[in-house]
Amino acid sequence: MEKFEKLTGIAAPMPLVNIDTDMIIPKVFLKTIKRSGLGVNLFDEMRYDRQGNEIPDFVLNKPQYRDTQILVAGDNFGCGSSREHAPWAIADFGIKCVISTSFADIFYNNCFKNGILPIVMPQEVVDVLMKDAEKGSNARMVVDLEAQTVTTSDGESFPFEVDAFKKHCLLEGLDDIGLTMAHVKDIDAYEAKMAQERPWV
Amino acid sequence: MTAPKTLYDKIWDAHVAHEQEDGTCLLYIDRHLVHEVTSPQAFEGLRMAGRKVRAPEKTIAVPDHNVPTTLDRVSGVIANEESRIQVEALDKNAKEFGVNYYPVSDVRQGIVHIVGPEQGWTLPGMTVVCGDSHTATHGAFGALAHGIGTSEVEHVLATQTLIQKKSKNMKVEITGKLRPGVTAKDITLAVIGETGTAGGTGYVIEYCGEAIRDLSMEGRMTVCNMAIEGGARAGLIAPDETTFEYVKGRPHAPKGAQFEAALNWWKTLYTDEGAHFDKVVTLKGEEIEPVVTWGTSPEDVLPISAVVPAPESFKGGKVDAAKRAIEYMGLEVGQKLTDIQIDTVFIGSCTNGRIEDLRAAAAILKGKKIKDGIRAMVVPGSGLVRAQAEEEGIAQIFIDAGFEWRLAGCSMCLAMNPDQLSEGERCASTSNRNFEGRQGYKGRTHLVSPAMAAAAAVTGHLTDVRELMTETETA
Repeated sequence: MEKFEKLTGIAAPMPLVNIDTDMIIPKVFLKTIKRSGLGVNLFDEMRYDRQGNEIPDFVLNKPQYRDTQILVAGDNFGCGSSREHAPWAIADFGIKCVISTSFADIFYNNCFKNGILPIVMPQEVVDVLMKDAEKGSNARMVVDLEAQTVTTSDGESFPFEVDAFKKHCLLEGLDDIGLTMAHVKDIDAYEAKMAQERPWV
Repeated sequence: MTAPKTLYDKIWDAHVAHEQEDGTCLLYIDRHLVHEVTSPQAFEGLRMAGRKVRAPEKTIAVPDHNVPTTLDRVSGVIANEESRIQVEALDKNAKEFGVNYYPVSDVRQGIVHIVGPEQGWTLPGMTVVCGDSHTATHGAFGALAHGIGTSEVEHVLATQTLIQKKSKNMKVEITGKLRPGVTAKDITLAVIGETGTAGGTGYVIEYCGEAIRDLSMEGRMTVCNMAIEGGARAGLIAPDETTFEYVKGRPHAPKGAQFEAALNWWKTLYTDEGAHFDKVVTLKGEEIEPVVTWGTSPEDVLPISAVVPAPESFKGGKVDAAKRAIEYMGLEVGQKLTDIQIDTVFIGSCTNGRIEDLRAAAAILKGKKIKDGIRAMVVPGSGLVRAQAEEEGIAQIFIDAGFEWRLAGCSMCLAMNPDQLSEGERCASTSNRNFEGRQGYKGRTHLVSPAMAAAAAVTGHLTDVRELMTETETA
């Protein structure tokens, strides 16, 4: 997995609450058996009309937001279906960080597996960042994972919390399966013990 | 003496294969359920890394999301090419990696969350995962069950573990008795209406209280199924005699002395007196009414007697979300919910596709016809549910009323197969999500219980099911 470097990029505002994974990537695109190429269909039903033409009002279609790397979103982002196609589509579009007041659990975990940093901030901070994102491509937001800060284009900095282990994996681009394979003896031991204690499993 | 533990604490502690200093654990997974949509990339990942499935005997695969539910599917061909490729990929992967498999042609095929319990794969005290958010369903057995993404599917296939940190404990208590016409679906929707769709974020919920205890296993599965819609990682119900009775004799449940040994352990799976919950929500069972959703989030829940709310009655970002929802749903503020005319009725899904759900709907439909012009379909949750409903005469009640009687699958719950709403089509649905476009592009979904869905089919509008019940039923 790609390492998460310090990110300086355009942030797009999506203040709508409860943006679900059906909105992020509609089911018609789940029929793929690959992980790549979903960025073009990110937010498909909000982004295109039925003829496939772009809807100009949609934030990512606006000229100043075409190179968005950071999303500032309303509460409970990524709720609904567990589809990892959602973070795949987000990453494929080029977005590396999503900031909200809260995320749905499965989506939150899926982000880390795909080099995306989800950041939880209190409402008053999200309000400030949302305003900053509204400035468009003239503004650059800075996300520093190492220092755990988000800095607005005006230089105002806000700290954020992230699980230390998840941070380490993201900074180093570590592969989970590889990490777990290092503990294969523990898994063997657990299975041997369970064969005695709960043989019906 | 050890500190009192919650049910969640106990199951968690029984599955930690390794713990780091920071509390990150390798949680051992007892059952891994797999379907065709979220698994192909995971199997491909294994193949590319030259890895095997660590515990194929604990892995159960079944195609459900994409499969057609029309009777012509027995001819074996899926018309939509992408759907066909996904199902064929699962066929191939199941064979190559040697996992348990129920192909489309098998009578036991159905929705993965219905097949697992039905076949006795799901047992109390287990950890159960699947690349599907409604894995929460299995929590009804007192199993720690939750959805995972495809990277985690690959991780479980390769290692039979997940890298996890523990969630917090939340208790949802439903006291007292439910009133006639009120079902498990109304409980679970009412809870989400109370807590909101993010109310459970960071928690595992334990549902308890008299109204929960009184539910059958089918009802408990309905309640836990939608824990995810409340934002929780998982929902749990402590196993009891109802659970043990359901499990006993299922094909993959333990037998004889093994069953007795298992039972001894299962009986220890309850929350100890004095155990700590980080959050507690209590609802009175008597006060829950039959409910419906009016908007595009499962938290948009109101009693059927209510009216479409004004967006200004909400706070923060929900004001704009409610405005958008009312417009999307084509409703008027102040409109009575019972005045909402519907086009379609869908009965099925992992939320309400079990035999008891079909019985509840059939009880309302018996001797009645659906309203002219309504499209109505029943999609049983599995081939075995379908067979049982046919044996009990329920299938005939649906057919006589004017419903289509389909084969098993996820169907219109997420509309990945041809069962979809068209633009503007309005559906009373027993499924779990009323998101924009969920049941078809610009389709409009009102979530209801099976009995409420049947009532709506008869009258052609959202209806209080109690009006269609006889005096003895409502007494």
